[in-house]
Amino acid sequence: MSALVEHTLCELAERVEAGEASCREIVAAHLERIERADGEIGALLGVRASEALEEAERADALRASGSAPSKLAGLPLAVKANLVSPQLESNCGSRILEGFRAPYQASCLERLREAGLVLLATANMDEFAMGSSCENSAFAATRNPWDPQRVPGGSSGGSAAAVAARMAPAALGSDTGGSIRQPAALCGVVGLKPTYGRVSRYGLVAFASSLDQIGPLARSAEDAAELLGLIAGHDPRDSTSVAGPVPDFRGALSGEVSGVRVGVPAEFFSREGADEESMDLVRQAVGAIEEIGARTCGVSLPHTEYGVATYYLLCTAEASSNLSRYDGVKYGFRAPADSLEDMYRRTRSLGFGAEVKRRILLGSYVLSAGYYDAYYLRAQRVRTLIRRDFEAAFETCDVIATPTVPGPAWPLGEKTGDPLQMYLSDVFTATVNLAGVPAVSIPCGFTRAGLPVGLQLIGPALGEETLLRVADAYQRHTDWHRRSPALPGH
Amino acid sequence: MREQPNAAPRGTSWSPPEGWEAVIGLEVHAQLATDSKLFSSAPHAFGASPNSQTTEVDLGLPGVLPAINRRAVELAVRAALALGCELQRESLFARKHYFYPDLPKGYQISQYERPFALGGGVPIESGGQARTIELTRIHLEEDAGKSIHDPAVTGGGVTHVDLNRAGVPLIEIVSEPQIRGPAEAGAYLRSLRSLLRYLDACSGDMEKGCFRCDANVSVRRSGEERLGTRTELKNLNSFRFVEKAIEFEIERQIELIEDGGAVVQQTRGWDERAGRSYEMRTKEQAEDYRYFPDPDLPPLALDEEWIERLRAGLPELPGSRRARYVADWGLSEEVARVLTEEREVADFFERLVADYPDAKSASGWVARDVLELRAAAGRSLVELPLEPRALAALLRLVDAGRVSPASGREILAELAARGGDPEKIMLERGLEAVADSGELAGLAREVLAAHPRQVEQYRSGQQKLFNFFVGQMMKATRGKASPPVVQQVLRETLDE
Repeated sequence: MSALVEHTLCELAERVEAGEASCREIVAAHLERIERADGEIGALLGVRASEALEEAERADALRASGSAPSKLAGLPLAVKANLVSPQLESNCGSRILEGFRAPYQASCLERLREAGLVLLATANMDEFAMGSSCENSAFAATRNPWDPQRVPGGSSGGSAAAVAARMAPAALGSDTGGSIRQPAALCGVVGLKPTYGRVSRYGLVAFASSLDQIGPLARSAEDAAELLGLIAGHDPRDSTSVAGPVPDFRGALSGEVSGVRVGVPAEFFSREGADEESMDLVRQAVGAIEEIGARTCGVSLPHTEYGVATYYLLCTAEASSNLSRYDGVKYGFRAPADSLEDMYRRTRSLGFGAEVKRRILLGSYVLSAGYYDAYYLRAQRVRTLIRRDFEAAFETCDVIATPTVPGPAWPLGEKTGDPLQMYLSDVFTATVNLAGVPAVSIPCGFTRAGLPVGLQLIGPALGEETLLRVADAYQRHTDWHRRSPALPGH
Repeated sequence: MREQPNAAPRGTSWSPPEGWEAVIGLEVHAQLATDSKLFSSAPHAFGASPNSQTTEVDLGLPGVLPAINRRAVELAVRAALALGCELQRESLFARKHYFYPDLPKGYQISQYERPFALGGGVPIESGGQARTIELTRIHLEEDAGKSIHDPAVTGGGVTHVDLNRAGVPLIEIVSEPQIRGPAEAGAYLRSLRSLLRYLDACSGDMEKGCFRCDANVSVRRSGEERLGTRTELKNLNSFRFVEKAIEFEIERQIELIEDGGAVVQQTRGWDERAGRSYEMRTKEQAEDYRYFPDPDLPPLALDEEWIERLRAGLPELPGSRRARYVADWGLSEEVARVLTEEREVADFFERLVADYPDAKSASGWVARDVLELRAAAGRSLVELPLEPRALAALLRLVDAGRVSPASGREILAELAARGGDPEKIMLERGLEAVADSGELAGLAREVLAAHPRQVEQYRSGQQKLFNFFVGQMMKATRGKASPPVVQQVLRETLDE
């Protein structure tokens, strides 16, 4: 196996810059890795092998002539299958969009392509990003590279597994209730959910519009910062995107955390049913951050216990609306039928998987006349309380540290029959989306069984710089993110 | 006492039978005259080939997001200001869900609980009395596409979907149920359309679907407080259809009740050929559209300063212009109304009067002749080569007796067709009035000699016949004789 796949994106950029490797070699090394490992892992839905090599060669040529559009030009990236691009099949892990290729480019991909990055492959996901294990994909169940009998997490499970298994140095995912951070934690990689509105959602197939946010999965906080810098910024096509200049996220990584106040909410560590071993590892990580100069303090987020319920009311309501457009009329799958109504019924019955249909039903109920006030409006009020919890907490601290997930990756199939158990794995992540604030999950150790555990760092709105600075400083003192799973081909 | 619906200027004079009254509310969908759609950059030219006026946003492709068109908001706000509405500092876009092939997202973006404008009113004239029909609200929304059913295709037909209209910006103007009959409904629509056209907010073109009307109609016995069950009449695409459909529906409902039946709440269409309304769907239970605020669009905020700027930029509206014409120039209400209904006509008239101050004389030429020529040309006034200044010059020729009114009309037609200088046209065409009294006196003697019987009758007291002789004189000069000279010469000759 080529050592090239062990490098982070920023390291690869340096090696290319130093003339020690070409972009073509780097892409080829990852393609070889995919060839060997993805048969077992099933992280990717489509690979642009020849196009990626050509694009890498072109980047090499541009670099040789001194006109590379960015430091990362020619380096490969995997993309979750819910980001649209004429270059990729954006099937969202769903039969209803099987074979779908959009005639336009998602804003974030446009920016990455302008920076010269190579879209290497599409990554598997839970159908329409609904799920926490990647088992809801209509096409493949991705396996966890650290233990192929276990789930990679979800819904960006393919992105996380691809990065963990060194099939791509980084990937893009989307996070609605934890869909970047949770699989990042379960696969031992870095996953960043930026502030709501930081990255344009234009071209991200909507699941729950008020919660969805695009972000990077990578092997280091530095890579996440670099990628965020490329994809962040106002977009007139997304009215919810944040105006104002984009900070220099990578430049903010000073390695210095002295004086940073890290809030530790006790209720996140004492949750019933949580895996004690994982909780201990997270506590140790917080201790390590303290050792390198940060101060810790107690904070409280009292409405956390309503987070999952609130989240599932709102995300299903929005999903039921967003998924109305998949009706067999314009694109995607259409079931043969005798009448219009029959066509709708059969197309949607056959085209959507069980979890998607469950959420459409729940969401339609939440929005229906007579229940709207009791469910949707009340959930919106609780959402406000949760947002205020975070605002209050950030008056006394700069960053909040929590576990990302209550426990490590679970065996495939273990929770598929119990949606509620599956939903509860979002307990530490969903409130972050409800509040719209940024958070990152970074590897902070392994269980005795060798499964990765993630530390979640949450920041105030638009506080990614501090968040990434703390994450990066921690990674300068630890090597959890350097560990590589043993895989076929070793 | 119930208010008698009276004849509107151009409407019918029909009113519900004694003992009954009708309660009518109108919902008008007016298309905003923007260059692009409400939430996308696609143009929306009428008559373009199917699905050519679309971007990925209008097609409802996965991943797209709406972005508000500020020009549409501007036009909507202008309309609301002109209608005296209360503008809401913050309003919300909501999604209205239903499945239909020409609704690409499976929902329409509209405004529901919090529209951008409340209240206001449309001034109408009903039976010579000014009255205001109050508005409930105005909201912004996007149009749906168009389904074209083709039954000719084997296998039970096929439906084509054209999304050119999808996303076209509309304002829906909802009236209070204060309209009492078809004539008032017509007056309301004419007034509203005139106003929107004044503002350049809407072309008002009904054939192109730019101004569409639905009517909610119910009846009750006079004196009854409670409203009757209403039906909704859909897709009434001309003023005449609106009036006829409402009249038919009122009669249908009254007949139903008088026969011991009851009105069923339903949506009805209008079959113009059969001259009757027909049932489209019965609302057994209200459809659940599952409205909720669109999370893709932040609240629509209207900045106070911007509103004031728009208010200051409003043109003078027809009501104010009409009042001014009556008060300052002594025009009749009817002529003033004709002149002010359309902004281009009023603008033309005012430019004319600036150059030719006899407004009363000028008003007849514009209200009758210029409008007839425009209608015949089938174009707008600004598109015709006719300049107010040329018309003013022509009117001065008429006043000076150099051109008879009949020849003046001929010259006007030429001005409307090709433009030019009226005096030159007069000379080229030999239309200069015959004003030589000697020449005309000779002609008068010939005319009288040819009609001895009429001369006899005139002299025995039938003074009306004077006009007959004038007519004969004009005929003999092919309309070129100067009328005052003709009259003078005739009198003298008859008195000889």
